[in-house]
Amino acid sequence: MSETTAAPAHQFETLEQQREAATLGMWIFLATEVLFFGGLFMGYTFVRWSYPEVFEQASHRLDATIGGVNTAVLLLSSLTMALAVKSAQLGKRNALVAFLSLTALLGILFLGFKAIEYHGDYVDHIVPGIPSYHFEGPSAPQAELFFWIYFAMTGLHAIHVTVGIIVIAIMAALAWRRSFSPEHYMPIEVTGLYWHFVDIVWVFLFPLLYLVGHR
Amino acid sequence: MEISASPAHVHHGEEHAHEHHDPGFLGKYVFSTDHKVIGVQYGVTGLIFLFFGFCLMLLMRWQLAYHGQPLPVLGPVLAKIFPKEMPGGVMTPEFYNSLGAMHGTIMVFLGIVPIAFAAFGNFVVPLQIGAPDMTFPRINMASYQAFFIGGVIMLVSFFCPGGAAKGGWTSYAPLADITDRAPNMFFTGQTMWLIGMVFLITSSLLGSVNFITTIIQLRAPGMTWMRLPFFCWAQLITAFLLLLAFPPLEAASVMQLMDRVAGTSFFLPTGLVVNGEIVNISGGGSPLLWQHLFWFLGHPEVYVLILPAMGIVAEVVANNTRKPLWGYKAAVFSALTLGFLSFIVWAHHMYLTGMGARVSSFFQTTTILISIPSVIILTALLLSLWGGSIRFTVPMLFATAFMPMFGIGGLTGIPLAFNAVVLYLHDTYYVIAHFHYIVAPGTIFALFAGVYYWFPKATGRMMNEFLGKLHFWPSLLFINGIFMPMFLQGMAGVHRRWYDGGASYDLAKPVLHWNAFMSWSAWLLCVSQFPFILNFFWSIWFGKKVDHNPWHATTLEWEAPSPPPHGNFLKPPVVHRGPYEYSVPGSEDDFIPQGKA
Repeated sequence: MSETTAAPAHQFETLEQQREAATLGMWIFLATEVLFFGGLFMGYTFVRWSYPEVFEQASHRLDATIGGVNTAVLLLSSLTMALAVKSAQLGKRNALVAFLSLTALLGILFLGFKAIEYHGDYVDHIVPGIPSYHFEGPSAPQAELFFWIYFAMTGLHAIHVTVGIIVIAIMAALAWRRSFSPEHYMPIEVTGLYWHFVDIVWVFLFPLLYLVGHR
Repeated sequence: MEISASPAHVHHGEEHAHEHHDPGFLGKYVFSTDHKVIGVQYGVTGLIFLFFGFCLMLLMRWQLAYHGQPLPVLGPVLAKIFPKEMPGGVMTPEFYNSLGAMHGTIMVFLGIVPIAFAAFGNFVVPLQIGAPDMTFPRINMASYQAFFIGGVIMLVSFFCPGGAAKGGWTSYAPLADITDRAPNMFFTGQTMWLIGMVFLITSSLLGSVNFITTIIQLRAPGMTWMRLPFFCWAQLITAFLLLLAFPPLEAASVMQLMDRVAGTSFFLPTGLVVNGEIVNISGGGSPLLWQHLFWFLGHPEVYVLILPAMGIVAEVVANNTRKPLWGYKAAVFSALTLGFLSFIVWAHHMYLTGMGARVSSFFQTTTILISIPSVIILTALLLSLWGGSIRFTVPMLFATAFMPMFGIGGLTGIPLAFNAVVLYLHDTYYVIAHFHYIVAPGTIFALFAGVYYWFPKATGRMMNEFLGKLHFWPSLLFINGIFMPMFLQGMAGVHRRWYDGGASYDLAKPVLHWNAFMSWSAWLLCVSQFPFILNFFWSIWFGKKVDHNPWHATTLEWEAPSPPPHGNFLKPPVVHRGPYEYSVPGSEDDFIPQGKA
């Protein structure tokens, strides 16, 4: 435990107060994130309510298998993240580094699958906004809207995953340099909160985008 | 680890100062993490933007009163800077629309929100709750920087191809979606507006996360919720409103940005016809979706503008009547109710979109309900005057004027709650007059009260009283000269976006003569701001020096030295009583500070 992390920042009286404040801050930040994605979900709801059949047809074109595997990958990464927080609380430095690295690797795996899936979408001509886009039938504009929503929401989610991976990697490096202790593991906890949030967003995205057409 | 309770944060403050002593000019005034410096940065930048936004309106008023005539004095200059928009000093309709859209945007998002919430909140809240700083000082700095970048983007947009955004401050789709959209034009006014908004929203979100955690976590020992000054309550609720209302608009801004640059059609319907031709878009989207997302922000935003103002007025009124705020608890619970209800009234801006009678009735009901807590707060302020020994200091003059002005704004809003009335009044000058009474002689007067009231805390010097009165009385007169006739014009049916002020419409003939009167009032209002500007700068260096508590106030910020050092308090404050213990029977002074044992 190095000296810089032992003392609270000057505006706090105790480390405990600092920890509570940081956790509260992250929860409040996540509230804004919920509402940000909420705006997009609102858009989704509005369009789907207007064209339910088109959404079913268009949804069939997405690769639910990769989506499903990715759901499992993310849920697993939430488990490893929770174990990382537990290790931090217990002061097990090696386990902490291992679980953080594993979480980051699972995150990278998720992005890898996502990239394969996007490539598949490209081959399938369902990436809107580029000349190769093609959708048969009278409801092509509405289907294009579905694909836009799909790319916008999964894309924003992927950005959130990327940010999470970077932060987790930094935390792993700090943990390697013994920056945390059972008294001071607040950054790990706060990172964990963020990662679980990213996971939960995907849990909503997966059925709404991939499983709409499957009955 | 164990830390002794007594001089805790003072000790840390010293340590902090030792770590990086002499931060230099940049570290002290530009990249500072000190909440007071950030508050002042926000305040000064906000005041500049407020004045700039005001000047845009002064240009519009020339066009409304003397349409088609070249602008005197400034005309040749503007014709040089904007050859396309102001040929020969005469305003084009497009430029008029830009000025209107940017006036609204700048006043709301770059003027009032930064001053009312970020400036006063940052400077005063940690002092009032007895904290040494905000919870996340670096996030606080990032918040100001995001705001500054957003502001610069908005200003730069005036020089973009096609000029600044022209779709109104509400940027309604499809109008805002399709203006100036061409394959070879990327950085157009509206696109810049959307990018700027994303920065401004990010700034407000960072700020509100900070405010909420600070007020919840960093209150001094003994500062219970019911001992919290009303100003802090108002800021806390405002922070929640920003926190919950802004993200949907951020999502909507991103969607509109994609509509403009990536070719999506979130807000563009199939078969959209512009200038007689079907626009080449994929379509399928809905313009109404934008309106819903915008007003879901837009209505709580109104309370973001008014709640901090009410907070400032409450502090000033209690201090200058020398008696406790009447109905403090009722006011707090009303403010909480106001915050909650403000999220379920947004569609009263959309009665004319054909939502159907049932939805309209719901929003009519909630809109009427929300007037109740507003009236309770106003009544609490008004009754606080009763039986007080009132000192008419400059802040008190502005605070007293706030009450009838806000009252006029509020009462004229009640007819607008009704669907049937809006059929007639929608988008007329009546609406303009109504909300300007709330935000201009309402909120902005409260902001002036705040500047005069807390100026000695920030600088250690008083502002000049004579210049203050010279600022107040003409301002009160001329601001009414602008907005009162708008009610008449609005009831006669004059539409808010007519470029010639109604000259080409027969229905406007009987009220047309008011245009010149209102314009002259506006220009004279501008002249009446010069005593303030002079006073502000003069007093920074030459104002009368005062001690730490010149107003004999009770709240904690007046126990810190003026100006407060880094870390704020000489010894950690402990709170022993409520916020407004004025004229307590039997006590020797007519005020007992919150920190007095």
